[in-house]
Amino acid sequence: MKARRQRIGGRLPVVLLLPALLGLAFLLVPLAGLLAQAPWSTLPSRLFSAEVWQALRLSLLCASSATVLCLLLGIPLAWLLARAELPGRGLIRALVTVPLVLPPVVGGVALLLVLGRRGLIGEHLDLWFGFSLPFTTAGVIVAEAFVAMPFLVISVEGALRAADPRYEEAAATLGAGRWLTFRRVTLPSIAPGVVAGAVLCWARALGEFGATITFAGNLPGRTTTMPLAVYLALETDPDVAVVLSIVLLAVSVVVLACLRERWIGGLR
Amino acid sequence: MFRRTVAAALTVAAALALVSCGDDGPAASSGTITVFAAASLTGSFTQLGKDFEAAHPGVEVVFNFGGSSALATQLNQGAPADVFASAAPKNLDDVTGKGTATTFAKNKLEIAVPKGNPGKITGLKDFADQDRKIALCAVEVPCGAAAKKVFDAAALTPRPDTLEKDVKAALTKVGLGEVDAALVYRTDVLSAKEKVDGIVFPEADRAISTYPITTLTKAKNPDGAKAFVDYVLSTEGKAVLASAGFETP
Repeated sequence: MKARRQRIGGRLPVVLLLPALLGLAFLLVPLAGLLAQAPWSTLPSRLFSAEVWQALRLSLLCASSATVLCLLLGIPLAWLLARAELPGRGLIRALVTVPLVLPPVVGGVALLLVLGRRGLIGEHLDLWFGFSLPFTTAGVIVAEAFVAMPFLVISVEGALRAADPRYEEAAATLGAGRWLTFRRVTLPSIAPGVVAGAVLCWARALGEFGATITFAGNLPGRTTTMPLAVYLALETDPDVAVVLSIVLLAVSVVVLACLRERWIGGLR
Repeated sequence: MFRRTVAAALTVAAALALVSCGDDGPAASSGTITVFAAASLTGSFTQLGKDFEAAHPGVEVVFNFGGSSALATQLNQGAPADVFASAAPKNLDDVTGKGTATTFAKNKLEIAVPKGNPGKITGLKDFADQDRKIALCAVEVPCGAAAKKVFDAAALTPRPDTLEKDVKAALTKVGLGEVDAALVYRTDVLSAKEKVDGIVFPEADRAISTYPITTLTKAKNPDGAKAFVDYVLSTEGKAVLASAGFETP
């Protein structure tokens, strides 16, 4: 007992161990509670209903599309924040992270006011192309991307700041253009940061509720993602809500674990 | 040290003086009355509470507004309350330790359209038109269940673009002009009358929601609870509810 304590104490202060374990329990016990409450006997029949698969498929599709959108817009934005000489860069960086702290419902309303059928930009989309984002699957992707993009931008910006600029300078002296340098030198060197950010971004998009239901509405097969299905199931049949939550939880854990193993761990 | 003691003594004396002032009123109108009320009553009950406090100095009415089923759950879990006003008899029946309930208001569905009716909605049949943007409440929540009754009665299959999580969310979509029409309660249309217009339709009579109110047997302030319920049922109370769009029995 004494020897063991000394061994742990040698690496980690004992005073940190207790709060660490409490923290772990705090995060895991609610999840265990979900599993304990699950109606295991009727779970398979509830699980294989068409609505569940429809909502799950839509959730995965939208979260992945939102992540792609975030990569396309977020990496350049992170590069701008990390490398460009911008006036008021601190303010811009703060504004970029606003969706992290904004209540998602407020984000949804803001999107409606800009991209809705009567919104500042949405009005013209509707007038010129007869297209409006709310109540469409594309609307779900936009809502999820709005809420999730800061995670990607923060990760990538951090990686860019940590990367050694001398390799880029070396590439430049060897005659590489800026775009070639970015693609062949900068991007590979920050790949772990990009992947970590993308994973966070995807996980946040998968769990997104408030902005989605406010901006994109809720229609089965078109905009009802898993979190929305969970919320409505809770109104009538809490058992179904528990089942749906477990499915979402299982999918997230499997994907996060696989990605960590394949990418984040491998590249460390 | 001495100064602090004096200050504390003065504070206590002042507090005692205030408390004894509050005790002067008649028994039925003293202290705090805690009222749990359905979210759709927020506007009218806030007004009723103010009027009641004005008529009974020294009384404070405290509200907890929320979905009726959530309130019923809170009450069954031991939340302290004196009065419960529910948007549906079922939620009130679910509460243990309730007194005798009285129906005090009725509400029915109305079509809400953005101001000026840009979608040119004329009646319930437009909800079956695919080209119009339509919001309904999800059938899991009360306004959605009422809407389903109405559509069944009219033998119509609606084609909604979204099934909202509560009636206020549906109303918001109309107010912003994102949908051409939604089915909400008459009181909701009135509460947002700067932004939406209401269209009355005959099938609404097939799904009238009734609001019961009761004192709770575990009330900490039974006299106050009874006085408040009596006030809601009084002529003045009915006038406030009617101006919010409720029908009163």
